[in-house]
Amino acid sequence: MALEERDPVTGRLTTGHQWNGIKELNTPVPRVVYVFLILTITFGLVYALCMPAIPLGRTYTKGILGYDERTAVQRDLEGAAAAKAPWHDALDRLDYRELAADPVVMQEIRETGRFLFGQNCAACHGINASGNRGFPNLAGGALNWGDTPEAIEQTIRVGVNSSHPESRIAQMPAFGQDGILQRPEVDAVVAYVHDLSREGIDASRQRHPAGQEIFKAQCAACHGAEARGNSDLGAPNLTDRTWLYGGDIQTILDTVWQGRQGQMPSWESRLGARNIKLLSAYVSSLRKE
Amino acid sequence: MFKLHYRLERRAIGMTLAIICAASVGGFVEIAPLFTIDQTVEAAPDMRVYTPLELAGRNIYMREGCYACHSQMIRTLRDEVERYGHYSLAVESKYDHPMLWGSKRTGPDIAPLGGKYSDEWHVRHLLNPREVVRVSIMPSYAWLMDNDLRIDDLSGQLAAQHAVGVPYTPDMIRHAADDAYGQANPDSNRVAGVRARYDDNTNIRAFDGIADRLTEMDALVAYLQILGRLTDASNLDPVGKDLE
Repeated sequence: MALEERDPVTGRLTTGHQWNGIKELNTPVPRVVYVFLILTITFGLVYALCMPAIPLGRTYTKGILGYDERTAVQRDLEGAAAAKAPWHDALDRLDYRELAADPVVMQEIRETGRFLFGQNCAACHGINASGNRGFPNLAGGALNWGDTPEAIEQTIRVGVNSSHPESRIAQMPAFGQDGILQRPEVDAVVAYVHDLSREGIDASRQRHPAGQEIFKAQCAACHGAEARGNSDLGAPNLTDRTWLYGGDIQTILDTVWQGRQGQMPSWESRLGARNIKLLSAYVSSLRKE
Repeated sequence: MFKLHYRLERRAIGMTLAIICAASVGGFVEIAPLFTIDQTVEAAPDMRVYTPLELAGRNIYMREGCYACHSQMIRTLRDEVERYGHYSLAVESKYDHPMLWGSKRTGPDIAPLGGKYSDEWHVRHLLNPREVVRVSIMPSYAWLMDNDLRIDDLSGQLAAQHAVGVPYTPDMIRHAADDAYGQANPDSNRVAGVRARYDDNTNIRAFDGIADRLTEMDALVAYLQILGRLTDASNLDPVGKDLE
């Protein structure tokens, strides 16, 4: 078997092997493959030289460019902060009334607030802040803890029934379940509360005198004698059209029977003071529209 | 240029040895850092282990394939840090066996989810995602509320985790089932054991809203409420704070 055998048709050398009478041409590797191979290896060597690359036990080669992802992201964030500095400064300095009067800063607050709200608040309150059962409508309805920007800021900061040490605490007792009231009494007070927002307080008092008595004894401490609520205690106004859980007879009965312990997390450690102020201004601006 | 290779190809032993040498370079580069992992993972003295209930929730998270749509890894990129918060640190998944970083985000990243929403929101969202988030494409996981949580195998689960380096004590392993029950039933007499064996910040409450029943919903919500809360390391590191 000759090692140097040339195929007469193609003019190429063969490999010198023969399988069942078939011979294999020893075609050289195309030049372009060499070129790519050399380019790739060169790139790899240059990259390993410039960038963090090779592990060395407890450390690694840092590369001559000294690139580090954590430094890079820190630099990016500082750049972003510098770009926002003018209106961030105004946000820190101005109070809510001044902010609302400054159209340039308000424009930035609306832009950024929409994303902050979408990322953090919308899961419960809805993307349009219109709320859901158990989660208040921030764009329109009355707010249990007060609707001034300062009150909203405090609610966002510490939350309601949250783990924050200064958390707002609101516990609607389970009047039926815990045996504070008997079923007929619950029914009477539920009928009274149901008609408060529909018929007005005078009509409801006339129609449900027994319910009114129970309300005075059990509910007025938090909700007030006129049932207008108390934003210091987070007790809702029962004479308006805003219902957190629902204003039909069955839902009011559920609320009185089993109580309500709605929860809002504290955002202080997650968002920081500036973002909370921004969100408070944003939510307040939604309420004005 | 390829003369050496040409000759090498014709020597079976030589070629075999050359292949072993070339292939082991890739292996070495991947394996070598593992020998020094104690030096490369940040120290976090406050790092705590998953409770048995949270570990059971983690197993349900894997069983239901949540990782296929949710990542648990905030990358070192400006947009991620601005959206989710501090980028993930290695120490935060120190006790994750296996890690659930994921690589696909059909839903959002949930690395810092713990404490972000209320238990009630999680329960309603898992029962019917569209009820709370109108545009959600997440499937409903309503059966979690129907299924009683299996707790008889939890001691074994903890022992397995201990075998791969999670510092569970023999006491924790022995009482795993009791602790799982106690953590989700704040009025039961098994709460004291949970408090004694686990961190002071452990959430103890009826996660699914039903105190006297231990469901898979309890376990999964307990796990979701602890995501990103096993250590405060990223909150103490100032990167990104006040820059957002």
